[in-house]
Amino acid sequence: MAGSTYNTPSDYIGHHLAFNEVSFGDHPFWTMHVDSVVMAIFLGLVSMGLIWLVARKATAGVPTKTQAFIELLFGFIDDQVKTSFHGDRHAFVAPAALTVFVWVLMMNAMDFLPIDIMATISNQLFHVEHWRNVPTSDINTTFALALGIWFLMIFFTIKVRGFSGWMHELFCSPFGTSVWVWPANFMFNLIEYVSKPLSHSLRLFGNMYAGEVIFLLLGMWAATGVAGTIFGAILGVGWSIFHILIVVLQAFIFMMLTVVYLSMAHEGH
Amino acid sequence: MNINFTLIAQAIAFSTLIWFTVKFVWPPLLNAIEKRQKEISDGLAAAHEGKMSLELAAKKNEETLSEVKQKSTEIIGQAEKRASEIVEEARNNAKSEAERILVGAKAEIAQEVNRAKESLRAQVSVLAVTGAEKILAKEIDKTTHADMLRRLAEEL
Repeated sequence: MAGSTYNTPSDYIGHHLAFNEVSFGDHPFWTMHVDSVVMAIFLGLVSMGLIWLVARKATAGVPTKTQAFIELLFGFIDDQVKTSFHGDRHAFVAPAALTVFVWVLMMNAMDFLPIDIMATISNQLFHVEHWRNVPTSDINTTFALALGIWFLMIFFTIKVRGFSGWMHELFCSPFGTSVWVWPANFMFNLIEYVSKPLSHSLRLFGNMYAGEVIFLLLGMWAATGVAGTIFGAILGVGWSIFHILIVVLQAFIFMMLTVVYLSMAHEGH
Repeated sequence: MNINFTLIAQAIAFSTLIWFTVKFVWPPLLNAIEKRQKEISDGLAAAHEGKMSLELAAKKNEETLSEVKQKSTEIIGQAEKRASEIVEEARNNAKSEAERILVGAKAEIAQEVNRAKESLRAQVSVLAVTGAEKILAKEIDKTTHADMLRRLAEEL
């Protein structure tokens, strides 16, 4: 469908929201969104690789401008982690927060790429029909991140308090140690444990997905003629500018929640 | 919006990325920044110390200066005193010397006068005797009146 024309708006939107899938099993689970995975890994390599290149040659003397920029980022993350985590943050939590912030920010920022131009490039140059640029508008990506943090949270809880301590916390808080309130305690904690990764991932996914859909809806103004195209372009610029805020803010919120969840795992309630 | 294998792939990518950051990205940055922080605080401390020692040196300088000033005034005072003493001594010496010379001169003068008197006395007695001889030649015998003449000469 290279250089395709769309018959209906839903056709246009549906085409742009379709993933580049590969299947290697009968069950629908055994499919992979190649675009999400490739974009995510590519962005992760580029951003963290760049920071690594700078960090490798970091000097304590007068820093270069690039190093100063990376240090600014470092200081920002370090300050944020310092306010909510009171332990040896340099061992794991702070670098994890840096990874989360930079990576999510980069993946979110792919929303700024003009969708139809990118679609044309991927069609004409790489001969792929479906290619989505924003990995964080794929629920699998956000859920993978949130679940990763979730497992880390459980890991640190057990590491700090021991398995019995974790069990004690599951059954004996928040209502007390009496056997009669064990089910209620457990239900409470279960809900908390389920809602954490859900809210963590769906917040990011919802924001980025909605942003992408709005770009698509604005793109459809082009179907109404020249005046509509110009109008749509102006609206698109407006939404892009507003989207800068959303992209950074969502990356920041995702990072902060990561830090808070990991801090809660390290400290008692 | 369906969950599939993408989730596992992304989770692997995520954990690898975190491991990479924890292992290779964060430590050198932290190291450089902490080292610089230490260098800056050391520098500030050194500057503070330098300022303190400068103040101390200035204070000491002032103290030494005032001490030297006092000493020099003392020395000048002593010298002045000594000078006036020397002058006084010289004056006294001169005075006593002058007196001594004066006394000597006076004594010499008195001696001289005495000698002159003596010779004058001798000459006058000779003159008187000669005069008397001339007067008395006619009437007095030199030998008979010799005793009286000698007594007269002694009285002069």
